[in-house]
Amino acid sequence: MNIANKANRLTPYVFMAPAAIILAVALLYPIGYMIYASFLDWSPSQRIGEADFVGLRNYVNLMHDAAFRESFWVTVKFAAVVVTLEMFIGVGLALLLDRNIKGMSFLRTIFILPMMIAPIVVGLMWRYMYHPTVGIFNRTLKDWGFEGIPWLSDSTWAFVAVVMADVWQWTPFIFILSLAAMQSLPRSALEAAEIDGASDMQKVIHIKLPLMLPVLIVTLMLRLIDAFKVLEVIMVLTNGGPGLSTEIVAMRIFRTAQEFQELGEAAAMSNTLLMVLMALTIGMFAYNKMQEGRAAKMQAMAAKGTA
Amino acid sequence: MPKIVLEGLVKRYGSFEVLHGIDLEMEEDEFTVFVGPSGCGKSTTLRMIAGLESVTEGEIYIDGKPVSQLEPKARDLAMVFQDYALYPHMNVAKNMSFALRLQRMPKAEIDAKISAVAETLGLTDFLHRKPGELSGGQRQRVAMGRALTRDSSTFLFDEPLSNLDAKLRGQMRAELALMSQRVKKNMIYVTHDQIEAMTLADRIVVMNGGYIQQQGSPEELFKNPANKFVAGFLGMPPMNFLDGEITEKSGEIFVQGQGFSVKLSHQKAEAARAHSGRSVTLGVRPSDLVYDPAAAEDQSLLVSIIVSEYIGAQTVLLCDCGGQKVEVELKSTIPIDRNGQLRFAINPEGVHLFDKKTEIAL
Ligand SMILES: Nc1ncnc2c1ncn2[C@@H]1O[C@H](COP(=O)(O)OP(=O)(O)OP(=O)(O)O)[C@@H](O)[C@H]1O
Ligand SMILES: [Mg+2]
Repeated sequence: MNIANKANRLTPYVFMAPAAIILAVALLYPIGYMIYASFLDWSPSQRIGEADFVGLRNYVNLMHDAAFRESFWVTVKFAAVVVTLEMFIGVGLALLLDRNIKGMSFLRTIFILPMMIAPIVVGLMWRYMYHPTVGIFNRTLKDWGFEGIPWLSDSTWAFVAVVMADVWQWTPFIFILSLAAMQSLPRSALEAAEIDGASDMQKVIHIKLPLMLPVLIVTLMLRLIDAFKVLEVIMVLTNGGPGLSTEIVAMRIFRTAQEFQELGEAAAMSNTLLMVLMALTIGMFAYNKMQEGRAAKMQAMAAKGTA
Repeated sequence: MPKIVLEGLVKRYGSFEVLHGIDLEMEEDEFTVFVGPSGCGKSTTLRMIAGLESVTEGEIYIDGKPVSQLEPKARDLAMVFQDYALYPHMNVAKNMSFALRLQRMPKAEIDAKISAVAETLGLTDFLHRKPGELSGGQRQRVAMGRALTRDSSTFLFDEPLSNLDAKLRGQMRAELALMSQRVKKNMIYVTHDQIEAMTLADRIVVMNGGYIQQQGSPEELFKNPANKFVAGFLGMPPMNFLDGEITEKSGEIFVQGQGFSVKLSHQKAEAARAHSGRSVTLGVRPSDLVYDPAAAEDQSLLVSIIVSEYIGAQTVLLCDCGGQKVEVELKSTIPIDRNGQLRFAINPEGVHLFDKKTEIAL
């Protein structure tokens, strides 16, 4: 093989090199660092080289750590509840607002505002609203002659409180994506359904939702991954309490590193969370692949049929 | 089934007026065909009848009841869309049975109906495919099938056969003709195809630029076109138009133009006499021009060939007649002198006269 030919074949890799290097430095280095740290007994006062290598001990400890298990359970519960609520409300709102009425675009803009506010600010805002005496909720309840609710000091209510704040902030995300999906639905199929005698509800069930399904599934996955990593709002609202009732994994990791000064343990927790999220992401890609694969198979069959 | 009446139907998109007052009465069980050039408002009219487009002005009556405010599903009709409008996520069987399933028809009955319709349309092998896995013509047949499974009182077809090959189109046309005889339904049908229009229609409605140009039975429209547009639109190859003038010579009426002078029959002359001296367009269909070297000079056109198109048994000749173009048909077996001049006799009944300016038939 001559040299020019060889150079030609290598050219693409040369062009890709800068991106690959940046990727390696920016992405793989921190992750590698974290994985390495999870095998160490490491306190913040030590440099990483001074820490003792303890093998899988951090992971073994995690399994026996009731507090971590609790926080994991809280996270799963939290993610499941908020994502379910957000999906229902977000898609429902999109179905309601998918029409051309005057002022609709203004209304839509209003709806997506919460998403644009920084999470810390959202947390602060809701904390004031949940305030036991001067918060808007309890004041309103009192005005109506009801007892105030111990929003952030009762473990059950605290969970409800963080769920409400998260739903408020992230429903718009689902809303805007489903609205976009809905507006790119084939108009003519909906017209055909009308001619076929479908009511509005039947159009939603038989035409709109099935056609939106791929987008909805990806949206759900994205939201789920995000919900597993939630931190700021909860930190500001309850700081994980009362007790461990709202201590999600991210919170636990933060405290393990900050309060308990167990960097190795915190890294092990992060890796566990990472693996869960990875599984979700792979699930999402697998779903996409499956869809494509099915379409390809059908096409192949179709080609054979007409040949 | 019901009688459909359109009264002063106007459609505007913003300030852009697409239909300028359509008046049309379709009798019960009539097969009405809309024809007209692309963009003349056929689909818009059909979609207004279906209830998919709002009515700007005027009213639609079905069985005497105004329906322009009713939802499509309250109008009891089935429709084949110009762009098929299939449900992308349902297979062919599900597409065709959607309306029936909504009506909660028993499954066995649905299956029987679907397989019967699929059989007629040649879709039996494709029942489990999704629309994305079908060819254009197959999709169009599914769209057709979806309408045919319905038991509506009115069927709307928007160019339902446009994407099929010639043979299949012929079959489908026969199938439709059979269906319209068998089941007494209103059918409103949009097409660009002359043969479909002529063979299927009880009434043809010729549209142009958002107006109805003429309506009537196929024969009426073919024999007595109301204006030059209708005359040129119906019939294949299209009617020839030659500019000329009406002249009177010793009591006889002639149409005279560059390179021709044609004497009118008594009947035609009576109508034309009053217009003596007026500029007119003489219309004559290729089928009314017969090759006849011995024809009288004032009953024929003398032409020379520009292009000849061999299409099997017939040859279509594009000819020159005194600087104007004329198309004629000829049996391919007749020997002719391609370089010389040919004489074609005019069937006196086939002469049409239109005012040069208004283009209205005299
Ligand atoms: N939504 C719309 N907004 C503005 N103009 C429109 C709209 N829909 C159709 N038109 C215009 O209305 C006119 C009639 O359209 P229509 O679809 O009825 O034509 P058509 O006779 O069915 O033509 P074709 O034979 O090509 O299907 C066209 O000039 C088109 O540009
Ligand atoms: Mg059209």
